[in-house]
Amino acid sequence: MGRYVARRLLQMIPVFLGTVTIIFFMTRMLPGDPAAAMWGDKAADPAQLAAFKHQMGLDVSKWQQYLNYMGDLFTGDFGTTMGGRKVTDVIGEAFPVTIQLALLAFAFELVVGVAIGLFAGLRRGKAFDKSTLVLTLLLISIPVPVLGFIFQNVFAIQLGWVKPTVQAQHMTFDQLILPAVVLGSISLAYVARLTRTSIAENLKADYMRTAVAKGLPRRKVIGTHLLRNSMIPVVTFLGTDLGALMGGAIVTEGIFNVQGVGNALYHAIGRSEGATVSGFVVVLVLVFLFASLLVDLLYAVLDPRIRYA
Amino acid sequence: MPDMIEKTAPAGENAIPAQRGTAAEAKAEKPRSLGLDAWHDLRKRPVFVISAVLIVLLVLFAIAPSLFTSVDPRAGDLRNHYLTKPNYLHFFQGDWFGYDGQGRSIYARMIYGARASVVVGICVTAGVTVLGGLLGMIAGYYGGWVDTIVSRFTDMVFGIPLLLGALVILNAFQVRTVWSVVFALVVLGWTQMTRVMRGSVITVKQSDYVTAAKALGAGTGRIMFKHILPNAIAPVIVVATIALGGYIATEATLSFLGIGLQDPTISWGIDINSAQKVIRQAPFALFFPAGMLSVTVLAFIMLGDAVRDALDPKLR
Amino acid sequence: MTTALEKTTAAKDRPVPGTPLLEVRDLHVEFKTRDGVAKAVNGVNYSVAAGETLAVLGESGSGKSVTAQTIMGILDMPPGRITSGEILFRGQDMLKMSGEERRKIRGRKIAMIFQDALSSLNPVLSVGYQLGEMFRVHQGLSKKEAKAKAIELMDRVRIPAAAQRVNDYPHQFSGGMRQRIMIAMALALEPDLIIADEPTTALDVTVQAQVMDLLAELQAEYHMGLILITHDLGVVADVADKIAVMYAGRIVETAPVHDLYANPAHPYTEGLLRSIPRLDQKGEELYAIKGLPPNLYKVPAGCAFNPRCDAATDLCRTESPALHQVTDRDGAELAGRKSACHFWKETLHG
Repeated sequence: MGRYVARRLLQMIPVFLGTVTIIFFMTRMLPGDPAAAMWGDKAADPAQLAAFKHQMGLDVSKWQQYLNYMGDLFTGDFGTTMGGRKVTDVIGEAFPVTIQLALLAFAFELVVGVAIGLFAGLRRGKAFDKSTLVLTLLLISIPVPVLGFIFQNVFAIQLGWVKPTVQAQHMTFDQLILPAVVLGSISLAYVARLTRTSIAENLKADYMRTAVAKGLPRRKVIGTHLLRNSMIPVVTFLGTDLGALMGGAIVTEGIFNVQGVGNALYHAIGRSEGATVSGFVVVLVLVFLFASLLVDLLYAVLDPRIRYA
Repeated sequence: MPDMIEKTAPAGENAIPAQRGTAAEAKAEKPRSLGLDAWHDLRKRPVFVISAVLIVLLVLFAIAPSLFTSVDPRAGDLRNHYLTKPNYLHFFQGDWFGYDGQGRSIYARMIYGARASVVVGICVTAGVTVLGGLLGMIAGYYGGWVDTIVSRFTDMVFGIPLLLGALVILNAFQVRTVWSVVFALVVLGWTQMTRVMRGSVITVKQSDYVTAAKALGAGTGRIMFKHILPNAIAPVIVVATIALGGYIATEATLSFLGIGLQDPTISWGIDINSAQKVIRQAPFALFFPAGMLSVTVLAFIMLGDAVRDALDPKLR
Repeated sequence: MTTALEKTTAAKDRPVPGTPLLEVRDLHVEFKTRDGVAKAVNGVNYSVAAGETLAVLGESGSGKSVTAQTIMGILDMPPGRITSGEILFRGQDMLKMSGEERRKIRGRKIAMIFQDALSSLNPVLSVGYQLGEMFRVHQGLSKKEAKAKAIELMDRVRIPAAAQRVNDYPHQFSGGMRQRIMIAMALALEPDLIIADEPTTALDVTVQAQVMDLLAELQAEYHMGLILITHDLGVVADVADKIAVMYAGRIVETAPVHDLYANPAHPYTEGLLRSIPRLDQKGEELYAIKGLPPNLYKVPAGCAFNPRCDAATDLCRTESPALHQVTDRDGAELAGRKSACHFWKETLHG
């Protein structure tokens, strides 16, 4: 297993470098001159602009910029924003917020999604199962902005259970609940459907009949024998989703004013801040790569038939 | 249900479904292809019928919106003022669903908005299926270093979140049309198809009929397109149909964020964005484009579900 | 504490060999599906005594497995439904018991061995865990004690290097070894009765004999009743005491094993025996019973076997035969011999 992990980590290096390269050129090819934009509508003094460009390292060719960037990256230097802040500082500020949001959303979709899927799968074809299928399909179809506004309106404005937006300065955990529910809801629908199908499928398996024939109580038949087998596809989905939750919160963070990765990225893209955008994406890609490794390892733990190949 | 009987009777005793099978075979004397079989299966599913009707309607909206409304969706009608409430008695009139913040008919914009969604959905799906499918087939068929290169490159692009990457690409366009959105989504979206196709081709490549075709001296092109493609395409079609609804939702989200489509293109995403500012005074301005978008995505997801069930009973 | 595998039968509440253990009376089971009602079991009667082996013989769809599942209480309901009948286990009707009472019988008093050990064992749990589970659930042993018991059991069914293999998973064993694990699981709590549903069908011929021998040996050792469900006449001859032949959800003939082989009293049994390949018939065409097994949605009127029977008459097509007591030529009852054929005399003596 150690060797497998080592090999996977080694394989990750070229993929990581490749993705970073793609992202670098995508962000640096943005038209417009972000340096000139610092002066706003006024025409910049050519001497000052040249000096600024030199300071930012923008006065050399794109290839030279690329080499400089990659070199700096390995020393942990992600560059600076046009405003002169270190990108690592901006990342360090935004990520903790998004990690909280993503973990909350993740816990929500895991617990509620698996529970709903389990009950629906055990009662396949009954009213609960049918309504689960219809409701999850509806949930998947409603785009996130719409869902966000509906939840904001109903739970925050109409019912007044929570604050409609997150206070930027004094963010508390409970303020994140509503955005987390919105963020996790679509994945929740997938988790519920996946669990349901998997449970219903495994319910027919021969080993389930054996478990009953052994005289095990129902709780053990379901808890040990059924759930363990049925979670295998769900775990795969959840693993890839964790990375997606962190990077995909642009809309949710916007609606609820969460000062996280999504918000920071959205504004950085709007201002053509290449260094900031690629800095964030580098971290997101790392999260994604490690999440997929984790999924593969977990997969083998859950299913002994899988060998580390 | 026959599958339940199978469950109750252990493997040695499945005479009941077996007999049903022989009865069904006797009825259908003509041999049916997989595609025809799937079609016969599909027609009997209510989910398919409902989604197909919805999609036909949407496509009609997209091709000929003027059939459904004579009102210009871009004309801010000052007589109707800002945020006139819907008049539900005036069917198919401009004020049926009310007027938006600029005095434009919400109903007309709802109809006209279908075009952007349908074009983006279909073109992106076609694009990623062709591009991703080809790469996947090449990687799966040739294997070796070709496979390594294609697969690693796929991994690299796969690591970029779709929405994020699309934002970056679209930000580079000064003027963004439906085609810029299609371009951005195809450039980032093909990886999923490559992975599915590659896996499918590798499975099919090992089957006996491919070995037989090779032994009979069939050329590479013939083997790939005549023998492998028809047998490997089913999972790709399933994934593509399900993904279609997702691309429509992504376009709306991009337009909502202001980095997707721009005026004068009419998009539900843009309308949702402008409606959010007046959500307290005029919830209907949000409801209709949002509802329309949801129904559209739902229709394609339902279609995908039905197609998957028909093409691949194992996935059910 | 005595270990479960020591032969401390006296200490345990064990039935004396020869006393009736299980009696199935007039059992009817049907399946309600979209296509109609499938009558899978239509009035089955049989009994097993302690230490006795009953072989239930029949083709696919004859209802032999459904009957076994009904006894075990693992029938899926719905679509399955027990419409009438009694299943007496040591005198008590199990069909009248509560779910919890029945669960306590399963595994502890009556255990089952399934055909396909690979799919019947949970793929994601180690065999040690699955064996130990019996002791943990029914006897409340600790994890450690249960594992020790599991190793002991694996030794008992002669799995080499049991202590090393206890943490292995089912897919890591060969087919024969896996079936031994199934047997070990069934034996774990020394049940009074074991139901083996085609225990050797999925195995290679050489392994089949080993597994059958092991099963027979352990049965004799613990004085268990054994119901052996099979479609293979060859398996039956060596181990069974008596045979019940099933067709379309009914018992068509019961007899002590050697009597049945020597002289069947039902045309269906006769057909089955004739379809076994024999060395002395080399070169001759093999006999096959004509037609297909019956459609359970539409069992033929009269004797269910009549469309496939060479000797069928109008009587066979209209009237369902009762299970007749079989007599010899002089009219003396033959012990344990019954036949559900209108013309059993002709079949037996003709």
